[in-house]
Amino acid sequence: MKLKHLEGLLGDLQQFSNPKVELEQYPTGPHIASRMIYTAENSFDDISGKVVADFGCGCGTLGVASSLLGAEHVVGIDIDPQSLEIASQNAEDLEVGINFIWSDIKNLKLRGPLVDTVVMNPPFGTRKKGSDMEFLCMALKVASRAVYSLHKTTTRERTALRDYGAKSAEVLCELRFDVPQLYKFHKKKEVDVAVDLWRFVP
Amino acid sequence: MRLLTHNMLSSNIRGVVNGFPLGIEAEKVVEREVELSAEFLRGVFPKIEWGALVAGARALGHPDLLPGEADASMLASDDFLRRFHRALLQLHVEEGALVCPETGRRFPINKGIPNMLLHEDEV
Repeated sequence: MKLKHLEGLLGDLQQFSNPKVELEQYPTGPHIASRMIYTAENSFDDISGKVVADFGCGCGTLGVASSLLGAEHVVGIDIDPQSLEIASQNAEDLEVGINFIWSDIKNLKLRGPLVDTVVMNPPFGTRKKGSDMEFLCMALKVASRAVYSLHKTTTRERTALRDYGAKSAEVLCELRFDVPQLYKFHKKKEVDVAVDLWRFVP
Repeated sequence: MRLLTHNMLSSNIRGVVNGFPLGIEAEKVVEREVELSAEFLRGVFPKIEWGALVAGARALGHPDLLPGEADASMLASDDFLRRFHRALLQLHVEEGALVCPETGRRFPINKGIPNMLLHEDEV
């Protein structure tokens, strides 16, 4: 599937109707999601025919993208039941089968080595300090091939220096994450946040 | 929820020594056909806990679908691959529950989604 086609399909997905600021719910836009999963597949062969888990799946964008690019089995995990409802609808609309799990990331026990790849756009830790680290640690425990994750470019040094026990950690590229005016504290109509696409090998 | 997902899930309730595999109470099961990939099945086979898969298939109403024990040599058989594929990927629990093997605590499954959130006193 061509990147443009994937981006187009993801653009049709429903997003959060009432985003919860305390969970840092921000939609992963089609531009960033398509590039993330496309890179994972075409540069590293980490998606097609693999078992993929989307941590903090929200409305399911990354999981859906993985399915569309040929993941054999996709699991989407989120703590918010309303998001899971939207995600289920999205999966149905695009006719992809995704298994969703209602859970927080910290207390979910997933038996490795069944998961090949973890993809995620985790909370950045602006509301609940350290949540980005929590997500990364869990992801590295679960994935057997690779973890793809988005983190603010401003935290690049901090992320690189942290020892997560990963074999390698690499910034694949910098992407612009366009944050629409979702919350009351957002003053601007839209803001571009620079994010790094990281690839970790457990 | 597919049995492949069930094969990954464990009870993480505080104090539980071995929360795997979870029991399954299946109230509504559907089957959805998906294309069989022999390559995928051969690759995932060594990672699957076979006993849990057999118990799962039985709980979902297909006690005779899988052999009680399996080894990699069976992957050469098309019949075995079809059965393995059906059990792992085509059967779905839509309504029911997963059950912690040590405490009996039920994790409900609604619209195919298991609720694995722990209560405050279980963490």
